[in-house]
Amino acid sequence: MIVSWLNRAGTVTLRGLVAFGKFWYGFVIGDDWTVAAAVAAALAVTWLLHTAGVAAWWLPPLVAVAATGASLRRIKR
Amino acid sequence: MINPAVFTTTFLAAAVEIIEMVIIVVGVGAIRGWRSTLLGTGAGLVVVAALILALGMALTRAPIDGLRLVAGSLLFVFGLQWFRKGIRRVAANGLRGMGARNARDDDIPAHGVDWIAFLLAFRGVVLEGLEVAIIVATFGAAARAFSSAALAAAAALVIIGGAGALARRLVERIPRSALQLLVGILLSAFGSFWAVEGLGIAWPGADLFVIVLAAWYVLAAAWYIRRRRQTRHASQLAPQHAR
Repeated sequence: MIVSWLNRAGTVTLRGLVAFGKFWYGFVIGDDWTVAAAVAAALAVTWLLHTAGVAAWWLPPLVAVAATGASLRRIKR
Repeated sequence: MINPAVFTTTFLAAAVEIIEMVIIVVGVGAIRGWRSTLLGTGAGLVVVAALILALGMALTRAPIDGLRLVAGSLLFVFGLQWFRKGIRRVAANGLRGMGARNARDDDIPAHGVDWIAFLLAFRGVVLEGLEVAIIVATFGAAARAFSSAALAAAAALVIIGGAGALARRLVERIPRSALQLLVGILLSAFGSFWAVEGLGIAWPGADLFVIVLAAWYVLAAAWYIRRRRQTRHASQLAPQHAR
C-alpha cells in the first residue's frame, strides 16, 4: 500500500515537473528557439563589449529584429 | 506639511515608471483576458508592499540591476514571440483582426489561472513598483520629506492607474491581430531596455530611449509585413503567369 502510494505521489510530482518545465519552455523559447538563443548571445556579447569599454547598447535591438526576420523567413505562412 | 519640490519631482519620476507598468498590464489584459492579469497585478502590488514594509529604507540597496536583467530578458524574449506572431497575422489578415477571442488559438486556458498573463503582469508590477519605491525612498530621504514623496507616488499611481482603467475599453476595440503586434512591440521595447540597463549599461537619453526602441520595432514590423505581403502577392501571381 505504501509502495503504491509512493508510486502515485512520484507520478504526480513528475507530471507536475514536466508541466512546469513545458510552461517555462513555452514562455521563454516558444515555437522558435533561435530567437531566444540570439537574444541571449546578443546580451552576453553586449556585456563583454561594455566591460571592454565599447558602447554596445544598440546590439540587442538590432539582433532581435534580425533574428525575427530570419525566423519569419523560415515560416512560409 | 507637503514639500512642493519633492512632491513634484517624485510625482514625475514615479509617473514614468507607473506609465510603463500600466501599459504592460492593459496590453496583457486586452490580449490574454483580465482575470489572470489583474490577479498578477494584485499579487505584484502585495509583494511590493511587503518588501517596502520589510525593508524600508534598505530598499535603496536592493539589487535592482539583477532584477532588471532577469525580468527584462524574459520580457524581451516573450515580447519577441508576440512581435513575430503579430507580424504574421497582420501580414495575412491586415488590420481587420481575427474577430472574437479564440481561446485555442492563443493557448489561453478556459478555466483556472492563465499563468502567462499572471506572470507578465506580476513581473511588470514588481519591477516598476520596486523602482517607484526606490524613487520614494531616495527623494524622501534626500530632502527629509518622506511623506511628500510617498504621497506623490500614491497620487501618480491613482491618476495613471485610473487613466489605464479608462483606456481599457478603447484598447479592446483595437483589432486583435494589430493589438498583439502592438503589445509585442511594447514588451520587446521595455524588455530590451531593462535587460541592457540590467547589464549596467546606460541608454542615451535614459528612460526616453524606450520611445526610440518602440519606434525601431514599429519600423521593423512595417518592413517585414510589407515584405511578407509582396512575397505572398508574387506567389499568387506566379501560377497565373504560368498558364
